[in-house]
Parts: sequence; C-alpha cells; structure tokens
Amino acid sequence: MQIEAVLAGFGGQGVMLAGKILAQTGMMLGKEVVWLPSYGPEMRGGTANCTVIISDEPIASPIIPHPRDAFVMNRPSLEKFVPMMRPGGVAVINTSLITVKPERDDVKVVNVTANKIAMEVGSAKSSNMVMLGAYVGATDVVPFDALMKEAKKAFQKKAKLASINIKCLEQGYKLGQAARAGH
Amino acid sequence: MAKVLMKGNEAIGEAGIRAGGLCYFCYPITPQSEVAEYLSRRMPDVGGSFLQAESEVAVSNMLYGAAGAGVRAWTTSSSPGISLMMEGLSYIAAAELPAVLINIVRCGPGLGGILPSQCDYFQAVKGGGHGDYRCMVLAPSSVQEAVDLIPLAFDRADRYRNPVIVIGDGMIGQMMEPVEFKEHKFPPLPPKDWATTGCKGRKRNVVNSLYLDPIEEEKLNMKLVAKYEQMKREEVRYEEYNTDKPYQALLVAYGTTARICKTAIQQLVLEGITVALLRPITLFPFPEKKIQELARQAEWLMSVEMSTGQMVEDVRLAVGHDRPVYFFGRTGGVVPTPEEIRDAVKKHLTGKGV
Amino acid sequence: MKTIFKRPESLTLTPMHYCPGCTHGIIHRLVAEVLDELDLRERTVGIASVGCSVLSYNYFNCDMQEASHGRAPAVATGIKRARPDLIVFTYQGDGDLASIGMAEIVHAANRGEKFTVVFVNNTVYGMTGGQMAPTTMPGQVTTTTPRGRDVDDIGYPVRMCEILASLRTPGFIERVAANTPQHIIRAKRAIKKAFQYQVEGRCFSFVECLSTCPTNWGLSPYKATQWLEENMVPYYPLKNFKTPEESEEGGKNAD
Repeated sequence: MQIEAVLAGFGGQGVMLAGKILAQTGMMLGKEVVWLPSYGPEMRGGTANCTVIISDEPIASPIIPHPRDAFVMNRPSLEKFVPMMRPGGVAVINTSLITVKPERDDVKVVNVTANKIAMEVGSAKSSNMVMLGAYVGATDVVPFDALMKEAKKAFQKKAKLASINIKCLEQGYKLGQAARAGH
Repeated sequence: MAKVLMKGNEAIGEAGIRAGGLCYFCYPITPQSEVAEYLSRRMPDVGGSFLQAESEVAVSNMLYGAAGAGVRAWTTSSSPGISLMMEGLSYIAAAELPAVLINIVRCGPGLGGILPSQCDYFQAVKGGGHGDYRCMVLAPSSVQEAVDLIPLAFDRADRYRNPVIVIGDGMIGQMMEPVEFKEHKFPPLPPKDWATTGCKGRKRNVVNSLYLDPIEEEKLNMKLVAKYEQMKREEVRYEEYNTDKPYQALLVAYGTTARICKTAIQQLVLEGITVALLRPITLFPFPEKKIQELARQAEWLMSVEMSTGQMVEDVRLAVGHDRPVYFFGRTGGVVPTPEEIRDAVKKHLTGKGV
Repeated sequence: MKTIFKRPESLTLTPMHYCPGCTHGIIHRLVAEVLDELDLRERTVGIASVGCSVLSYNYFNCDMQEASHGRAPAVATGIKRARPDLIVFTYQGDGDLASIGMAEIVHAANRGEKFTVVFVNNTVYGMTGGQMAPTTMPGQVTTTTPRGRDVDDIGYPVRMCEILASLRTPGFIERVAANTPQHIIRAKRAIKKAFQYQVEGRCFSFVECLSTCPTNWGLSPYKATQWLEENMVPYYPLKNFKTPEESEEGGKNAD
C-alpha cells in the first residue's frame, strides 16, 4: 500500500513543514517515506510544494506525476495539482483563499476554511496545521495520535506557537473526520 | 541506531564526518550548498577542518595537499564546480592520493540549470581531467544508500590510493528519506607511510606527479592500470530487479532514474509485460559481465538516463552485437516519469521503436 | 679541524639543474640554512611549484609536495589545515604566483594561513623559455614581447608585496634580493623571520626575493646582478612592508 500526497501553497504558508511532519510520522510508524520538495525556479516564483510518499514497501520512484491526494492552500496550487490527481483521491482545499471549485467529480473534495479557523484559534500562520489535520482526518493515512506526537516534537522549541498549532491540528482533524463520514 | 528523517545533502555531510572525513573544503554551488552549510555547523564540534575556499580550483588543490598529508579529505560540489576541480583531480590520481568528491549533478552543459541530471556520467567514469586515469564512481539511488556508500568511498580511496567520486542527482540531495547511520567495518588499511607528515625518523616523502622520463611515466600509467583492473575484479556492485523471472527486455539505469524504472516495470507487470532492471551501483568499474549475462535472456536492452545518452555507450560495449541496445532519456533537468519509460518500453516491444 | 662551511642538512646531495648564475640556488640554500638553524627539517613540508623550481622537491631534504601551476598556496592550505603542527612553505616563481596563481596567493594571505611563502621574482617565465611574466619590466624584451613590454598594451608589472600589504590580515611581508652579498644576508634574515613567525603560529609570512635569470635576460651572470640592481630595485623597492607587531598595533588603531 502506497499513498502519495502533494502539498502546495504560497511560500511561507508552511506546506514544506506540514509535509515534513507527515513524513516524519510515517517514518516513526515504521513505514517507508519520501519527502521531495520542488526545487529550482519554482522556489523563487512564490509557490512551494512537496510530495510525501508513505508506503509499506520500499519506495521506487520518488517522482509522482499523478499523486493520489492533494492538499492545496492557494488557487495556483489547485489549478496545477488537482488535475494531476488520480481518481478516487482526496483533495483538501483551503477555501479561505480559494473561491473556485475544482473541476473534478472523481475525487473526494474536503473544503476547509483553514485561514479563518487558524485565525480564530490564534494565528493565521497555523493554517497549514488545520490543513494537515483535515487531510489526516479525511484519509487516516496515519493515526492522529502519532501525527500529534510528531507535531508536538516539531514545535517543541516554540512553546507559544505550539499550543496554537496543536489546536489547529485538532480542529482540522475534526473537520476531516466529518467529511470522511460524509457530512 | 534509530532512523532519522534527513535531507540528502545533510545526510551526506553527516556520513562524511562519520566516515572520518574531517578535512572538508568547498565552494558554494546549487543544488548542494546545504552540505557545506551543514558541515560548517558540525565540523567544529568534531574537531575537523571546514574551509570555504576561493574557488573550486583551489578546493581541488587543497584536497591534494590535505590528502598528501595523510588525512581523509573530501569535497562536495555540482557539475560546473566539479569541472573546475578536474585540475586537482588529475594530480590526485597521478600522485595516487585518496580523496572523495561528491557530485550532486545538475543539468548542463555550461551554466545549465540547477535541476537533476545525469549528464556528468562521461566526466565521472572516463577520467574527467587530463591524462590517463580513472576514478572509482559510486552511484546511490536513495539517501540511505548515499549514506552507506560514503564510508565505502573513503575506505576504497585509502585502499586503492585513488580518488573516488560519489555521483548523485539533485533529487538525492534535496529529498528527505529515513536514514540510519550504520557501523561499517572494513579490513585494516595499510599505513599511510607515503604521506608528507614530517620526515622525522624516516626517509623524506615526496608527493609528485612530474615524470620527465617516459619510461618512468609509463610505469606509473601501468601501475594505475593495474589498480583499475583490480577494481574491475573486486569492486563491481549492482542491484538486480525482477531478474529472477523470465523477462522480455532488460533496462539499465542508475541513481534515482533506476527507481523510476522500477515503478515503470511495476506498471508493465500489470499489463503482463515482464521487464527486468540492472542498476549499476559502481559506474566505474562498470558491471559489464553482469550485463552480458543478463542480456542473454532479454530480447533487447534499454539504457534509461537523465542525459542524451552516455551510459548507453558502456552498455553497448558490454553487449556488443548480441542484442539491440536502445536508449531513453530526458535531459535539461526534466525527470522522466514512470509512464514515459513504460511507453518507451512498449514502443520497442511492438516493433514501432527505433 | 673546525668546520666553518658545509652543505645544509636541509638540502639533498642532488646536483641542481639551475643555469649558471641563476640565484635560485642561493635562495634554496638560504631556506635550507634557516630550516637547519631553527631545527625544522623533520617537521617541514615544502611545496614545489611549476616553473624553473619545479624540481625543488629533489633539492630540499624534507617532505615535499609538487603542486599544479599557481596552486601551491591552496596545497599549503590543505596541508596546514590537515596538520597544523607541520611547518609548511611554498617556493614559487613569478609566473606561478603572480599570474595563474593570483587568486590562490591573495586568498591564502587574506585568510592568514599560517605558512610561509618564498616568492622568487626574476621577471620572466624561465622554464618555458623566457616569455613575458606579470612582473616583466616596462620595455623589457622577452620571447613574447619582442619589442619590449608595452605598458599601454598590457599594463605595468605587478608588485605582489604591495598588493598583499594592502590586505589587513597577512602579518609579515618583505622584499629582498639575491644579487649581492649584502642583500643575501638581509634576505636570509627575512626568510628566518618568516619561518619564526610560523613556528610561533602567528601569521601568514611572505618573502619576495628578486632573482636573476641570466639565460633568458641574455646577460652574463655578473651583468645580470647589475641589471637587477639598476632596473628591478627601483621599481620593486627592497623593504619590509609589514610585521605582525605593526599589524597588531595598526589593527588596534584602526579599531
């Protein structure tokens, strides 16, 4: 079993970090993982993305032209990555910043007002954690408690932000779970 | 030791330190500057020497000096930087000094770009600089394998008194994978009694590559050849994939390209097409005998590379006229997708190919 | 019987290949005497460079490395950083140091690498047959300046001591000459100081030694020593440019 997710957004929205926490969680569960950032001209162009692969088997290609899932935080990312998804995947969409709807009826769409929720919790900067929580809630790619453990480790050194990030992760997770249940 | 999730470039830095590479010289170049950044933080903690030099030309000559003084010296760079190091590399090979160079290859020629490529195959395996010499060339396909091959690179550099190149593409440097730093045990090495460490209590040592007498120079050349022949006998490394079942075609690919080939092969299996893969881990010495052997069971071979066709020449040399050897490559920083490779295989199977 | 003059232990018995009247031999001897006097031979690594002195690894009786053209300061950096306890010196000519090796010498000096450079300036590429060097005098005829060095075309000769002295880091910089007994005595004093500073771990030390090339200058050995005095010394003044003591003082004042 192998799942791949592309995480994309503006530089500064924290998609790289969200991807690292996801990959780290996978690794701690004894899975094979790859975290592959986009690098090159895109790095300077204002958008950032990374691909996370979590697998029970050794991972062959680290290049995933058609990921199962996508986690998009801004409109250019939606336009670029959602069309590449494989049918049956999960697209988590930050509807705080994305007003258009994806033109796909063969993927499960989870809408999350990530910026709004993060702002309510305490910091718009934590919208990436709302997204990550929602993604894990909607897919169960990793158990939530394992994700929480790694997130806490990642924010160890920033006590103030840690509690906000953890709360955002929890809120996102609940939304994801609800979407999974079909609400 | 537990696994840690590390970016390839940082894992390479750590692996170098753990292998005893305590003398590191560098010049910044994308996409591998993180190695230098990592080592600038780490080296002082382990009592090693980190120096950002004025140029890659200087780096290669600092390697020559430090290696000549008998310490484990190494550098990391990327294609245009490695070209500038060819001067020192040739002298290092001639003076029979051990040194490790890691090339995180970017696309070229010229300034090229910063995206992944395998376009420096010729430079790495055919010598690269002036003169009649070869480097041992190791090609990891994952961050873990890079970390495992670096201690081997240092050991073999010392054992053969020859430069060893570890060649990876930008992806190896940039991606994060779980890494375990294992203990690597090697047989004891001969003492470096040739090094310039001060001549107290012994005859003086000279590290040199100047031979004005043609007979002496030829003797050196033949001595180097003997080392390369020994490498061919004892150091060939490769991975076979799907060769335990009958296969119609054999792919040959190294580094991350080989991993993409594996996914292509998995896709082909679903369509009932059986293809095997031979992944050279040593590019020099090249696993030519293994390729010959595996080729007998295949209708044809295909070399898959991020280049316009370099390793394919060595595959053809290995196979001769026994089997057709095709090529598929993407270049310029374009990474081939599993689907493209799958389709290239199918094209040849249906006879619509080259 | 009392020995009053002998071959320094830091020179091998190998006969030197230098042309008659060339002052490389003298400068070799001065370096060797200093290594003997400071008892450094057994912990010294010398670096030969490309040029007439390429074979100096056959003459200095200590561990030696032969560097590629111009890179001796990079090689020395590698050795000294790998083994800081060693005494390391480069022996370089003017084509090697001031042309192809300009980057390496400037940066080694600017990092304050704690080794010693013996820079032999004879205004020409000697080994390759007397071509123009960056140090060739205005109007001087060489095999690649048959009408004499035209400063309007290729600029004035490079003065390395002055260039390096403009940097704040390097500690000891002095220019000497090997053409008269008096100059030779001063040259030895400078070379000795340079090594002493290294032994003390204090600074980068650089001694430029003006040298003759009777063969490529087309002069007799004696005339060559005069030519050096009359043509080179006015352009390349013999003096100390920097000592670590002054630099330390100067450094304080500058702050």
